[in-house]
Amino acid sequence: MRLSEHQYRSVSAIRGPLLFLERVFAARLGELVRIESPDGRSLTGEVLKIFGDQVLVQVFGGTQGLDTCKTTVSFSDAVMRAPLGAGVMGRVFDGSFRPRDGLPMFIPEFRVPVVGAPINPVARAHPEEFIETGFSTIDGLNTLVKGQKLPIFSCAGLPAREITDQLLRQARLPDGGPFVLVFVALGLTYFEYQFYRQTLEHMQSRFVAFINLADDPVVERLLAPRLALTVAEDLAFRQEMDVLVVITDMTNYCDALREISTAREELPGRRGYPGHMYSDLSSLYERAGRIHGRKGSVTMIPTVTMPEDDITHPIPDLTGYITEGQLVLSRELHQKGIYPPIDVLPSLSRLMQHGIGKGQTRKDHRDLANQLYRSYAKGCDLRRLEAVVGRDGMLADDRRVLDFADRFEADFVHQGKERRTIDTTLDTAKKLLDEFREVSR
Amino acid sequence: MNGKVTSISGATVCVDLADLKVGDRVFVGTNRLTGEVVRLDGTIATVQVFEENRGLGIGEPVISAQGPLTVRLGPGLLGGIFDGLQRPLPLLQKESGDFISSGQDPSSIDCSRSWDFSSDCKPGDRLRRGEAFGKVREGHIDHLLLASQDGILTQLHTGTLQLKQPAATLKGNQTLYGWHRWPVRKARPYRSKLPPTTPLITGQRCLDFLFPMLKGGVSIVPGGFGTGKTVLEQTIAKFADVDVVVYVGCGERGNEMAGLLDEFSELEDPRTNRPLMERTIIVANTSNMPVAARESSIFTAVSMAEYYRDMGLDVLFLADSLSRWAEALREISAALEEMPGEDGYPTYLGSRLSGFIERAGVVETLSGGQGSLSMILAVSPPGADFAEPVTQACLRVAGALYMLDTDLAHRRHFPAINWTQSFSLYSDTAMAHFIEQHGEWAALQARCRDILQREDALREVAEVVGMEGLQDADRLLMRTAEKIRLDFLCQNSFTDDAYSTPQNTIKHIAALTAEHDRLTAALDDGALLDDLLEKSRKEAGDAPL
Repeated sequence: MRLSEHQYRSVSAIRGPLLFLERVFAARLGELVRIESPDGRSLTGEVLKIFGDQVLVQVFGGTQGLDTCKTTVSFSDAVMRAPLGAGVMGRVFDGSFRPRDGLPMFIPEFRVPVVGAPINPVARAHPEEFIETGFSTIDGLNTLVKGQKLPIFSCAGLPAREITDQLLRQARLPDGGPFVLVFVALGLTYFEYQFYRQTLEHMQSRFVAFINLADDPVVERLLAPRLALTVAEDLAFRQEMDVLVVITDMTNYCDALREISTAREELPGRRGYPGHMYSDLSSLYERAGRIHGRKGSVTMIPTVTMPEDDITHPIPDLTGYITEGQLVLSRELHQKGIYPPIDVLPSLSRLMQHGIGKGQTRKDHRDLANQLYRSYAKGCDLRRLEAVVGRDGMLADDRRVLDFADRFEADFVHQGKERRTIDTTLDTAKKLLDEFREVSR
Repeated sequence: MNGKVTSISGATVCVDLADLKVGDRVFVGTNRLTGEVVRLDGTIATVQVFEENRGLGIGEPVISAQGPLTVRLGPGLLGGIFDGLQRPLPLLQKESGDFISSGQDPSSIDCSRSWDFSSDCKPGDRLRRGEAFGKVREGHIDHLLLASQDGILTQLHTGTLQLKQPAATLKGNQTLYGWHRWPVRKARPYRSKLPPTTPLITGQRCLDFLFPMLKGGVSIVPGGFGTGKTVLEQTIAKFADVDVVVYVGCGERGNEMAGLLDEFSELEDPRTNRPLMERTIIVANTSNMPVAARESSIFTAVSMAEYYRDMGLDVLFLADSLSRWAEALREISAALEEMPGEDGYPTYLGSRLSGFIERAGVVETLSGGQGSLSMILAVSPPGADFAEPVTQACLRVAGALYMLDTDLAHRRHFPAINWTQSFSLYSDTAMAHFIEQHGEWAALQARCRDILQREDALREVAEVVGMEGLQDADRLLMRTAEKIRLDFLCQNSFTDDAYSTPQNTIKHIAALTAEHDRLTAALDDGALLDDLLEKSRKEAGDAPL
């Protein structure tokens, strides 16, 4: 234990976002440091590695303007903590928790470590409360439940942000109440930020936003989601609110991780991403959930843009291995003018089984969903055949299944900006299935 | 002996502490974090820390635990849920709250719990290490208490036994307790290994019928995300006809473990009508818990599984997923700056894995009984590409492959087991057993495979000429194949259909092939397929959709 703050001017090297210091006494792993540049700029950093009295520090913010003689580094003897309190609501911060909305910093009531402790698996309450999103493809076939983490796998040019925006406006809890939104923007362009600002305004002050724009420091992209989740956990598990965490875009997060990892000279893995990316991503995603005996919940909807529309790319791949399902957007559906262009076949909600049926949605929900899946999957199979032999060369039964697949996309998947209740969704499904049974008789 | 922390790089910490052995357990820092010595270099030891070590400082004290990383083995483990270091999670929650904090070490054995002890031994008996000297009743099983050393019995406890009391005394004043410690990385000894012969009934039609598993065998279940690995593993954990199930959630989702716990506490074991949890041990090291403990979790779990095997029981070890274990190994190896092999995995991945998998098998135990340890291991290949090192390393040692197919999963065909690429080397041995129950088993299996294979071939033809261009006999075959796929191979884990006895399985497939034969005969007599189908559709009273 050190009793006073230590200051050093012993920077020996600066490499990318990393500082090397010498002759440091009793540093701690993860210790927060403050860096004063020669021109008076103040930055924060974190201790990454320690070899005896040599210390490697990761700087949040750019290292431009730092030198090896005049730069001062003070060690705080504590790990990084996020300021929390009632004043955090309705505010917009940057990736280092500085106000971005032009207002002064709120007065923190207390601070907690940014790197959250894992929830004890026996303390977790299994997520099973239905959330109505207003989208048929989600509510009917890939049901979202409270405490789930369900990412949107998008491709460049698809309306992921419109879907996110609509979801935020429409989502209703089982008791009809709204969510508190924790919004994290990572590497967002100004153009996209403008769009989301309207969403935030719509939320009135039931939100907290962390905005890291495309030209902001890359290291802060690693920090922002952790700060946001620390806030979300506090809102959910101490203040007992239902929190929806929206992170856009995880692809930028992973690219930042790769950039920093390379600077740290770690071994690159698949496509240059570090080998510990799975563990790193799960340290974010796994903070979603519910806890026995506490009212609040953290539900997470991250957006992942699949590079080259490739679902096997490490970012969507590792995400899919951690999250409880995925909503996959399809370019083909989008080109057909279908909105939301959610391709239900590769999409999945692992927690759906517990969130539907009597008492949650409707008794016939599971049956309807299974029938829709089966028939639509068959229709998609037959489309391949149709491409070769043409519709006329097919059996009458098969042609009917093809018609069904078309109608399913037009009537069930496509809904434009309309918000559908779960009853409307299931009725639409039932009508569609009944019609096709009629014809076959 | 006291030492100090000299350098820290993530979870890899160097300490200057003499007289350590590789594999020794050490307590690091003022919080007493558990670590394991992985490398020695002069007086500097490299330690892998198993707990979150943010905030650990240079110069903090390090103490040796004077021995390797161990698990405590004794009555009361069944029904338990532990982390990768065998810390009971419910106790951990009581001590440190809903979030896991570092530096806690509650005991996995409740030493004050009382057990009804009985024994057939008497003073004067010669005991050898590993032999039973008494038993207690734990749930549905007789829990044998195994001697931790050789000796001659001088005194034996009678009546109710608390685990903190000595259960027996040996000549020379050595005491035997109802529990003992075992180093996790060491396989527990046995008299001899026997070839596996008895089928392990999973209740999954596709597995039992096409790709049977044996008690003492090892199978791997590779599949991309969303293909249903976890659901398959959990369903097998519920229904497999074994005495004890050890389930390891290795680097997987926390919510899944919560669901498993909820479900297993409510469900009953159909064989004993007791709560399913009573025959289950869960080891949960979720993906956000420290990586090094994830690496050790499968060893912790397999040591407990071997312990119950040594009582002459059939134990099933399920791991979800081995890939996360391999990734933990890779992270540790990278932190030690070892030379990487394929995909960054250390070159000893294969040998480490085969050493672990060889802990499965049927054995004659040290106390003379026969026990088995079977393994069903999930693998999560990146991008569902089975050419990656972990799947390939597993394939070299596994006896059965249950390959999960992304296409099948997208069509909601579950379990999404690909029937052309999966295999079981245990087929012939298991068949000998099945034929005793049902003489037609082998013939039906061959028939079923044949129909599925011919469907593949016909589909290629249909893609050229269209279904209209196929002959009635071929269209009938396609229809039967579809029925086999949808009604027989598909099995919904969330309904009563989740478990199918071998009798029902064989009845089901026999009915399907019989109908096929009947319709084929009708076609041969000149009937038209459309008429026949229309007729049976009317009889069944449902629409085709």
